[in-house]
Amino acid sequence: MRQRALAGFAAAGLTLSAVPFFGLPAFYESFLYLVFHWIVLAVSWNIFSGYSGYFSFGHGAFFGAGMYTTATLATKADVPFLWTLPAAALVAALFGIALGAVAFRVRRLRGELFALLTLAVTFVLATIVLNTPIDGGPGLVLSAVPLPAIGPSPSSTFYLLGLALALATLWIAREVQRSKLGTGLFAIHDDEDVAEVLGVPTYRYKLAAFGLSCGLAGVAGGIQAMFISYVTVGETFSIAVPLYVVLMSVLGGSRHWFGPAVGAAGVTALLYAFTAGDYAVAGRAAVGLILILVILFLPEGIFGQAVRALERRRVSVAPAIDAAELPAPTAAPPAEGKTLLEARGLSKAFRGVQALAGVDLEVRRGEILGLVGPNGSGKSTLINVVSGHFRPDSGRILFEGRDLAALEAHRIARTGLARTYQIPRPFAHLSVLENVALPAMFGRDALPRAEAESEARRWLAFTGLAAKAAALPGELNLHQRKFLELARALASRPGLLLLDEVFSGLTHVEIDDAIRLIRAIRAQGATIVFVEHVIRAVMELTDRIVVLSYGRVIAEGDPRAVMREPDVVAAYLGKPHA
Amino acid sequence: MALPSLTLLGQSLLSGLFIGALYGLLGLGLSLSWGMLRQINLAHFALAFLGAYLTYQLAGAGMDPLATLAVIVPCFFALGVLMHWLFARFSVSTFNSLLVSFGLTVIIEALIQWLWTADFRRMESAYGEARFRIGALYVALPELLTLAMAVALSFATWAALRYTYLGKAMRAIAEDAPIAAAFGINVRALSLLLSGLCAAFAGVAGLCLALSYTLAPGQIYAWLGVVFAAVMLGGLGNPLGPLVAGIVIGASEALTMAFTAPAWAPLVSFSLLIVVLLARPGRV
Repeated sequence: MRQRALAGFAAAGLTLSAVPFFGLPAFYESFLYLVFHWIVLAVSWNIFSGYSGYFSFGHGAFFGAGMYTTATLATKADVPFLWTLPAAALVAALFGIALGAVAFRVRRLRGELFALLTLAVTFVLATIVLNTPIDGGPGLVLSAVPLPAIGPSPSSTFYLLGLALALATLWIAREVQRSKLGTGLFAIHDDEDVAEVLGVPTYRYKLAAFGLSCGLAGVAGGIQAMFISYVTVGETFSIAVPLYVVLMSVLGGSRHWFGPAVGAAGVTALLYAFTAGDYAVAGRAAVGLILILVILFLPEGIFGQAVRALERRRVSVAPAIDAAELPAPTAAPPAEGKTLLEARGLSKAFRGVQALAGVDLEVRRGEILGLVGPNGSGKSTLINVVSGHFRPDSGRILFEGRDLAALEAHRIARTGLARTYQIPRPFAHLSVLENVALPAMFGRDALPRAEAESEARRWLAFTGLAAKAAALPGELNLHQRKFLELARALASRPGLLLLDEVFSGLTHVEIDDAIRLIRAIRAQGATIVFVEHVIRAVMELTDRIVVLSYGRVIAEGDPRAVMREPDVVAAYLGKPHA
Repeated sequence: MALPSLTLLGQSLLSGLFIGALYGLLGLGLSLSWGMLRQINLAHFALAFLGAYLTYQLAGAGMDPLATLAVIVPCFFALGVLMHWLFARFSVSTFNSLLVSFGLTVIIEALIQWLWTADFRRMESAYGEARFRIGALYVALPELLTLAMAVALSFATWAALRYTYLGKAMRAIAEDAPIAAAFGINVRALSLLLSGLCAAFAGVAGLCLALSYTLAPGQIYAWLGVVFAAVMLGGLGNPLGPLVAGIVIGASEALTMAFTAPAWAPLVSFSLLIVVLLARPGRV
């Protein structure tokens, strides 16, 4: 697959690089250079923003950083033009990484806020460049900088540079989309918290993709500085770059590496067609109208929609898997009775509500532990703290001897701990198969994609979802979504499985199904903690139960005995007035 | 660096107050539609400029600039209603509302450029020249009018949201639209009303722009960053927020200009915005 694509890229590169030698008028070469220029900007923007859903409106800032790096080095330090380009990439990438390192630490800074933050950064950078000797006001003139003779004429040199960078950018975008990084970014797009809990190092991935995206924009800026040969703050840091880039990606389709290139070529040609005909104003209005129509009617973009239509036709035939052929046990058969997870003095408060007030808990290897208690007693918070979704205010969580309390959620996932959510939170734009393969790729075993997918197919067969492998989660009913949630937790082959109300909302027959399933999971050696309100399931499944009330453990032990204790009865039903 | 004189300082603080009032007036509709309708309406700026150009046109035809409000406000109200109808019809998400309204901005900008060309336009009116003297400081009438309108509209909106049935119903919608609907609030009609009001506010802001500033289509984007900063600093959906934050930004910009070079002014609002975004993202 990769060889064929590489051959395709090489063929396209060779064919297109022959163009200048046919004596094309310089004008066409310059137009094609501009097409390549916008392809680089749109595709590079998409590597981070399109894949992860964090729309950056600051692409102009990184592009501008590259422009000014090249302009400064070439005019003030006499660095040869081509050598300024790596510097332009580096400056832009470092600037992006520095911004991201601060911005991505803020957990609630998502979507629209990131967009506005990056927009604001553009203006701040413009002000600084304008007021310092970097520019100082009059702009930088590069007309005296020698241009290396790569092609037969200056315009063909720009054409060839643009072509090379466009192909490189497309190749990088393609590789990122197919790599683990790409899978992680698409998961972040749909549900960042869940991605982190399933083992995706979200912070590092965002930073890496953002740096890559900014660096490529920086190179494009470096070449553009030479092309226009007169760099000013007003032109460089205008609102046009980010907005056209967003438009091109949305228009072409931001979930595929090639989509933005389609959008870039289309918009550049459209703008050119109108400028050439003296209808620049009408051209801009047309671009605005097209943007509106595409968002309203083609939310996946022109190219995205086409790809989807093709995929529909090519119905995937899943290899038949015998449902009886269950995955092998994770580790050696459990040595029962030994402590697997131990929590000591776990506390967590939310603005005055003490959700956990010093919980001590022990989970023994190979057991099914029921976690019960009235609403608001801290059961879900406990699961959220153990799985790393929240950090505890105090206390320790020892899992196989390691303290989880200080670990990031994705590291906790890699120690072999998995959870489900009470309300299923599948990745909405990934297929059922991709949803289940993801934790296998990012979990303890970190399987390569092909193996992760066959592992995922096994767990789909196990949960009875094999026929739905190619479907999107939105096409499943609640019962199936709950089982998808379970399959996703199982696919990383966890040593400890935390189940948050798997049974709620299911019918009696479905509960019977689920109970059978959980017994089968335990039979393979997993240890299970489950939060549950369905008392029938608790009684049938658990070896021990722990009762929480107001963030404290009020009872624990044999299910039948514990449920009769007066404290437990009082917690559920209130105290009798004597 | 020589310290500026007290008079100069007072004058620049005063001009900061006035421009801050305009930030607040521009931000009012933006904040309400973002905070309560969950729509980030970039087209708000384009609408304000459209209003400014209409004022310019009508005043050129001999109308009193303030009287143009009688024409502009109802027209813009209708535009706002139409826009929200479009957004609701296609159930546009918060993020997509940013993109769709950007598309609208570009279209309105092109329309303005087509009708009034890209040249700078300046409205001539009796208000333009009028200025008072308070002590050592000069106050221009258009700026005073802007401040008065910004304060009046912000407080009127605040009071309406707080004390009237309609306002309480709107706050309920902002909190949780489906629940509000279940309690018998006509979410659809009230959202249309609110969106119409936001657009009407843009029209009023347009009048103030035309009174004090030279107009050009490209200027639409010049206000975007600062006003967004005011809206976010002020807290979304809070009708007094943009005014207060706008005045804080305006005054700090004026001081920056007085102590350093005017070109450094944009740094103030955006640095403030960045600090708030990073330190208190929960505010938005």
